[in-house]
Amino acid sequence: MENTAIAVTGLRKTYGDKVVLDGIGFEVARGSVFSMLGPNGAGKTTTVNVLTTLLKADAGTVRVAGHDVAAQTAKVRSAIGVTGQFAAVDELLTGRENLRMMADLKRIRPAAPLVSRLLERFELSEAADKQASTYSGGMRRKLDLAMTLVGSPQIIFLDEPTTGLDPRSRRTMWDIVRELVAEGTTIFLTTQYLEEADQLADRIAVLDGGRIVAEGTAEELKRQIPGTHVRLKFATLAELDSAARVLDTGTRDEAELTLRVPSDGTSRSLRALLDRLDEYSLNSEEFSVHTPDLDDVFLALTGHATTDTATENAPAANAAPAAPAANVTVTTEEN
Amino acid sequence: MSTASTALGDSAIMLRRNFRHTVRNPVTVFNAILFPIVMMLMFVYVFGGAFKVPGSYVDYAVPGLIVMAITYGLGPTAASVNDDMTKGIINRFKTMDVSRGAVLTGHVVATTVRALIAVGAIIGVGFAMGFRSHGSALDWLAALGLVLLLAFATSWLTVAMGLSAKSVESAGLATVPLIMLPFLSSAFVPAATMKTGVKQFAEYQPFTPIIEVLRGLLSGGHVSTSHTVQALAWCVGFALLGYVWAVSTFKKRA
Repeated sequence: MENTAIAVTGLRKTYGDKVVLDGIGFEVARGSVFSMLGPNGAGKTTTVNVLTTLLKADAGTVRVAGHDVAAQTAKVRSAIGVTGQFAAVDELLTGRENLRMMADLKRIRPAAPLVSRLLERFELSEAADKQASTYSGGMRRKLDLAMTLVGSPQIIFLDEPTTGLDPRSRRTMWDIVRELVAEGTTIFLTTQYLEEADQLADRIAVLDGGRIVAEGTAEELKRQIPGTHVRLKFATLAELDSAARVLDTGTRDEAELTLRVPSDGTSRSLRALLDRLDEYSLNSEEFSVHTPDLDDVFLALTGHATTDTATENAPAANAAPAAPAANVTVTTEEN
Repeated sequence: MSTASTALGDSAIMLRRNFRHTVRNPVTVFNAILFPIVMMLMFVYVFGGAFKVPGSYVDYAVPGLIVMAITYGLGPTAASVNDDMTKGIINRFKTMDVSRGAVLTGHVVATTVRALIAVGAIIGVGFAMGFRSHGSALDWLAALGLVLLLAFATSWLTVAMGLSAKSVESAGLATVPLIMLPFLSSAFVPAATMKTGVKQFAEYQPFTPIIEVLRGLLSGGHVSTSHTVQALAWCVGFALLGYVWAVSTFKKRA
């Protein structure tokens, strides 16, 4: 068996004259976590729908688990598990019955041991015989994922699995994803949370307006933008002024009494900077080194923040999220 | 496993799911069984005395109430089909290679069975209220066949309505004509006694021939050939229309 779990080339999808996916391509290695990161309306769900055989692509080839999604649909379906954006559980059935139904549909016999094992693993044993309609949002998501795991699919698609979850449930979800990967499962995950992609993914593709604008590991993406800097906070404006004269590459912020000095973050350059401050008897109240996080990356790559709005031609570096953009188009993903 | 046995197995699993829904959702049971019985009590004990019908009123009303028992159970089916389509569950089934028709077949069979139970309840209560049949065993068998056909046909039609409705509410509303039509038929009063216009409508609408055939069979009296042909034609027409509409909508939406 090949080492590629998912291979996509030139994938296009349009609804009417609206281009949702504009020729995207990527590969996902077996047993890895691939995260598709992007704001609402970027085309994440459409991508998942095409990859999971729910939607037909207009152009391009998509191979999942070695099978073509258009030609060998049944084979693809038997290899995948999907947890969509909205919990796909039967609310009138109990947790146990939901899992039992999945086991029956996959012809797993006997089903009872598997069902109990999954209930336990997802901490649902206590609520197992209550109707899913009485479950909390987090419990529903867990049941949903448990249902997806019935039959141990090789590749699991998670479409925004933690959207709307409280921080604790989100952590639980992350732990489960890590366990699955440890077992050798390939995970395709979409998210609008940079932290989530940063935490879980081996590789990240940044999707914006139907195009992949960057792809790589979290580190690689962060390296793509220069932006590591040292932040110095001073007690008085006079001190800030003299520091700014000494460190002339810095950017002053008078309101905050801070100076931002670009730096490569190495110990040598930091020492040089500190020595220079010392030389002029300057003392900063606070001293911190900032490496860009994925939020900065996203802003730099797409020219807009990770919000629902897409701003056109906004200058990448200083597009402050608070500033009203001149040209705002709101796009929502509709399936 | 062959495709046919997979489809059958999947349908059985879906049917079990739909039966559980029926049991868990008391409103469904109320609609399908209790309401027709309440109607029956009202018509026989309250209004019935004022209507001029040949023979005893309960004998006259039971066939119409049987049809109402079938149509009353349809609303919840439309709503639950729509619910399946609009919530994520249908996508789960679709990405799992569950045989395409199983979800719909489950709904149709569950609705038909629910209708049969409601019809059984109506006949039982009817007997308790003085309903007497002079039909032979063969007549009863034929009546059962027609009931089954009507339930099956209207179930497919309802599934189609549920599939094409935009929301759960409008899905439930879509079946209202099917529930209202029996009132404008010969279910409770002979069509001949109605005002011009209404009378013609009652004579030519689908439920009148169906009710007339049932009435003929259950009373052991004469069953007109033209009514029989019309009744069967309407049922087969409903079933075909419902099936084709449902399957094409399912493919489009699903």
